[in-house]
Parts: sequence; structure tokens; C-alpha cells
Amino acid sequence: MSILLTAVVTLGVIGAASAAILYLIGQKFKVVEDPRIEQVQEALPAANCGGCGYPGCGGFAAALVKSDTMDGFYCPVGGQATMDKVAEILGRTAAVSAKKIAVVRCNGTCEHRPRVNYYDGASNCAIASSLYGGDTGCSFGCLGLGDCVESCTFDAIHINPETMLPEVVEDKCTACGACVKACPKDLIELRKQGPKSRRIYVSCMNKDKGGVARKSCDVACIGCSKCFQVCPFEAITMENNLAYIDDDKCRLCRKCVPVCPTNSIWELNFPPRKEVKEEAVKAEV
Amino acid sequence: MLKTFRIGGIHPKENKFSAGKTIQPIALPKQVMIPLSQHIGAPCQPIVKKGDKVKVGTRLGKSVGFVSANIHSSVSGTVNKIDKVLDASGYKRDAVIIDVEGDEWENAIDRSETVKKEFNFSSREIIEKIAEAGIVGMGGATFPTHVKLTPPPGTKAEVLIINAVECEPYLTSDHELMMEKTEEIFVGVQLLMKAINVPRAVIGIENNKKDAISKFTNVATSYANITIQPLKVQYPQGGEKQLIDAVIRRQVPSGALPISVGAVVQNVGTAFAVYEAVQKNKPLVQRVVTVTGKDVKNPCNILARVGTPLSQLIEFAGGLPETTGKIVSGGPMMGKAIAGIEVPVTKGTSGILIIPTLEAKRKAMKDCIRCGKCVNVCPMGLNPTLLMNLTEYEVWDRAEKNAITDCIECGSCSYTCPADRPLLDYIRLGKGKVMAIVRARKN
Repeated sequence: MSILLTAVVTLGVIGAASAAILYLIGQKFKVVEDPRIEQVQEALPAANCGGCGYPGCGGFAAALVKSDTMDGFYCPVGGQATMDKVAEILGRTAAVSAKKIAVVRCNGTCEHRPRVNYYDGASNCAIASSLYGGDTGCSFGCLGLGDCVESCTFDAIHINPETMLPEVVEDKCTACGACVKACPKDLIELRKQGPKSRRIYVSCMNKDKGGVARKSCDVACIGCSKCFQVCPFEAITMENNLAYIDDDKCRLCRKCVPVCPTNSIWELNFPPRKEVKEEAVKAEV
Repeated sequence: MLKTFRIGGIHPKENKFSAGKTIQPIALPKQVMIPLSQHIGAPCQPIVKKGDKVKVGTRLGKSVGFVSANIHSSVSGTVNKIDKVLDASGYKRDAVIIDVEGDEWENAIDRSETVKKEFNFSSREIIEKIAEAGIVGMGGATFPTHVKLTPPPGTKAEVLIINAVECEPYLTSDHELMMEKTEEIFVGVQLLMKAINVPRAVIGIENNKKDAISKFTNVATSYANITIQPLKVQYPQGGEKQLIDAVIRRQVPSGALPISVGAVVQNVGTAFAVYEAVQKNKPLVQRVVTVTGKDVKNPCNILARVGTPLSQLIEFAGGLPETTGKIVSGGPMMGKAIAGIEVPVTKGTSGILIIPTLEAKRKAMKDCIRCGKCVNVCPMGLNPTLLMNLTEYEVWDRAEKNAITDCIECGSCSYTCPADRPLLDYIRLGKGKVMAIVRARKN
């Protein structure tokens, strides 16, 4: 009986002493983590895509909680809803920003842009563009080797086998910007998604002079400035023989689209035009 | 046993079809396109405008920045325009386009063929003349020569090594130049020695140019401080660091310049250009270009003015063969496939190689079988298969630790790979990225 008692007492004392030591060590090396970080992280979409500029959602949450403002913090995947939720947790207000989407600013399909040579090196846009201008006369256009497809974690961009150009899947694109960084020709831009996904953009990045650009591609922007002149909202700027539509100023009036002689301005998801209206626009020009 | 470098190397088939063909001048083109950037470094600032009359040797572009080189007109005529023209890579770059009228040279240029030996120059005068003449490394890297001859403070050159190796298969432009302009080259070497103030020079020549070795050895007997070093045929012996190892048995440390082991390397073509610049006041406006290939009718060595369209040179060699699959500017190992033939000859165009379709196509990439051949042949002692994987997965810190920036882009790894992996393509990309990261860290 006494053996049993001795054992229980000894073990009890050792246990109590160890517990005390562990408690003291635990107190000494305690890491105080703001509980809000976890809350914020839970509100985030957990895509860990890096689109916000931080290493994953955890990094974003930590940086956001540490900071005093919401300025410069935006989760492109979750969008406005997520940011509002996060702001509520932190007791701040989120700035309103429009949902964006990736657009590919090249329309040089095989049919519009004839090949002048063939590339048979490593199938990688970055490598190809460091070696040469491309297999058509346009050295600004899409190489079609799919670095953007590879960079996308949301399966939202694919090369169309017919046109050999990448196409963005609107429902899946989160505007994380991975493809923007991956494209060595800087063809992909994040633009406002627009009401009902309606948007207008110049689908060309060719900075050559008009004649040269036209020769290498049927649908190149030739820098004629017609769209610049017709735009009533000063949304279009001309630089290096190339038109650019500022999506903050553009009110989607569509006047620039029909005046483009090479059809390089694209309108997406608009209802079909009425015949009369189109003529009226032309008459106005 | 002949000397060679100690690490790696390969020996591709030499195929020197144009060997022994005398250098032939080519008719003047109707129009030349002279790019404003024919060298590594900052492009030139144009100093002529549309309608200006120029002569051969008139300066067209002024070098800006430390690493840059002047550009001169290679023809006489009228400046048509300054515009963007396609270069060999398919990108458009600024160039001066000149309509050729007659062939009038600047008065200061001595066009006689007599060998002039005037050594009464100071080191600075020689380097200034070289800079004025816009001389760049003629082996293909086109690094401005005057920069290379100005060693960074605190370093001292001990020996000048002349690269007369021409280790690229097919090319013979240096070989022919050596046979025809031997005396001139020796004068050029003397001038280069004077410029960097070294007591001796070694000319390294690969053993497949026996006639050049004997001719040079004969001439060298009258120059006590210049020795000829025959070398075993091994690619890439023309690489700066490989040549230093082969000739004077010193290894340049990782990331360091050749000057750190007391060596300055210059190409034999550069030595000739230096001779012309210093003795004859002639800027670099023409160069020897080898046009060759298995199916080319008349493989030859052409003396072409800078700016001549490549198509004209190919025409001279018998035109494009029907079997043409790929046209390479430079040699088969380090040359680059060109996107079109209406591009101009530049200071760095050592050759035009026309590869038949059957040989031109690259094979599909297969999985790495871990045979280690690429590791064996890498002349820099790197692990190419690892570097390719690191680049593919963007592991830049490890790529840097594994010395990706030491790669000299010789292509021995891709050449030897039994799985046809595009090792160099990836390594070159990774090297660029890592160098950008290192530069960003320094600033």
C-alpha cells in the first residue's frame, strides 16, 4: 500500500513541478497574436494567389491588421464584398472600387497577322521574346505560347486553338494580375469590368507607324487619331502611334468603335446596334 | 600534347567549307541600313539628319554613356531617313538609312594597302583612337574595345591574349583574315600591348588552322614579345575564360573579370581593326563575313560594308538553297536564327550560316534521364539540368547560389543533351532574371 502511495506522490510532485515549469516558459515566450488577424483571414477567399501583392491571404491579413488604413489594400479575388466584410471586422470603411477583369490587348489571329517565320525553340513566351520579335511582322503582338495560361491559378485564361490567342473566361477571372506579370509583351491589362460586363478597349499594342503596323497586321491600331477626335469625354489618349482608352473616363458611348478603320477597338457584351443609330454615328463623323 | 582548357568542352563537326577561300569584296548596295546600336551598351545618339551628305567614315552616331561605341557611315551618299528597321531578331531598332552615291572616303583615311608601322603613340592616344573609330569586339559579343582596354582602378594587366581560336564550326572569317593580313594583325597586337602596357602577348590558335599557325610562328620570330600558342580543337575555346585557362593556366574566379588574373583578351579581328584605326585612321565600317552552309553553292568569305542587307551576301554566295530551313547569324553554336534576310550586316556579324531543313528543326523535348552529360561538358563547371529546373520553377535564390550568372551561353549542354532539352534557352532566361535581381539589390 505504501509503495503505491509513494509512487503516486512522487509522480504527482514531478507532474506538478513540470507543469509549473511549462507554465512559466509558456508565459515567458508567449506570442500575442491579434485575434483579428485570424478573423480577417477567415473572411478572405483563401486563394493564396498573391494578387494583393502579399504572400498569400495570411500575409495580407497580417499586414492589413497592422496598418491603420485600408488604403492600398485590396483583394482582387474577393472584390468589394470581401473588403467590406474585412472593414467591418476592423471597424474601418473600405473604399469603393470597381471590379476589374483581365483583357488581352491583341487581336492578331493567324488570319489577320500572317506568319513570316517559325519558332521552334522552348515553348515559353519569356524565352521566345528574349530571343526574337515573334513569328509575324508585328513585334508587339501575342506569341501564343501560353505563359499567361500557365500563370493562372483560376483556370480563367486559355489559348484558343483556332486563333492562337489567349481568351479570358469572365466568370472565372479574379483580376489577380498573375497573367499581367507573366506576359513578356505586356499585352494583358486589368480593366474595369463595367456595368453588365460591358467594356470598350483598344485591342492592340503595336507602336509602329501606321503603314508598318497595317502591313504586319490587318487589325492593328494605326494611330490615326479618329477615335481620339470623336470621343466626347476625352477618354482617349494617343501615344507612340497607339490609342488608349482610359476606363475611368470612358462612359461606354461606343462612338469610337465604328470610326476605327482597322476595327481594332473592341466592344464586349453590348446589345447589337440598331442600323439607324449606326448610320447616324457615321453621318456625325 | 596540345593545351586546351581543363573543364568540359565538346568537339562538334568542324564543317569549315569556306576555309582557304580568299576574302572577296562585294559590290556596294544601293541602300544601307546602319543600326545605331551594334554593340553591347547604350545605343548611339544620331548626329546626322535627313538629306545630309555623308562620306565613308563620316560619323553618324555619337556614343553616349560609358559602355557605348561610335557609329560611322560605311558608304558615301545621302541620308534618306532615320527610322526603325528590323534587326536580326525581328525587333525594330533605330537605324540610319543612306542612299549610296559613288564611293567617296573621308580625306583623313589612308586607303593604301602598304603596311604601316608607326608606334609613336601613348597608351591614351591609342585608346582614344580606338574609341573614336567605334571598335567593338569582333568575335561576336561586340563589347566596346576601348572600355575593355581601360581596366578598373586597382587592377593591372600582365598579359594580352589574342583570340585566334575561331572555335565555332563553319566560320572561317578570322582564319582568312589571319592568312591575308598577318603583318597588319601583328602591328595591331603591338598597339594593343602598348595601350594596356603589358610586356607580352600570346596568340592562341586552334590546331585545325595549321597554315595559320606556321605563318604566324614565322612572323612572330621577328617579334620577341609575341608568342604563338597552338591549341587542341575544343569548343568553346574562344570563350574568354576558357582561352585564359588554355593559354596561361589561370582560372578566372566566379563573377570576376579576366583582369583579376592579369589577362586581357582581344579577338584577332579586333586587332586588325585596331591596326586600321590607329595606322590608317579608318573607322570600323566593314568586316569579313563568312557565308556558308551544307547546301550553299559557293561558301565564301566576304568583305562587306556595315549596313549591307544580308540578302545581298547570300546572293553572292549562290543564293538561298531550296533546302533552307534556318538562317543563323553567327556560328551554329552561339549564333542566333534570324527572322528575315532583309536585315543589315553589323559589326558583330561574323558569319551567315544556312542550315538545311532536315537539320534545322529542333526535336521535341523529352524527360531528363539524369545522365549528367550536360554537367560533364559545361566549361564553367555548372549543373545545367539543375539550373534549367530552377528557372522553370522560378527558384531564383537557389539559381543564384548555383552560379547561374557564370553561364557563358555556349550551348554545349543543349548540344550534348540526349533528351533534346532546351537547357540553354531556360538558363539564359534565368540568368537574365537573376542578374536583374542582383542589380536591384545593389541599388
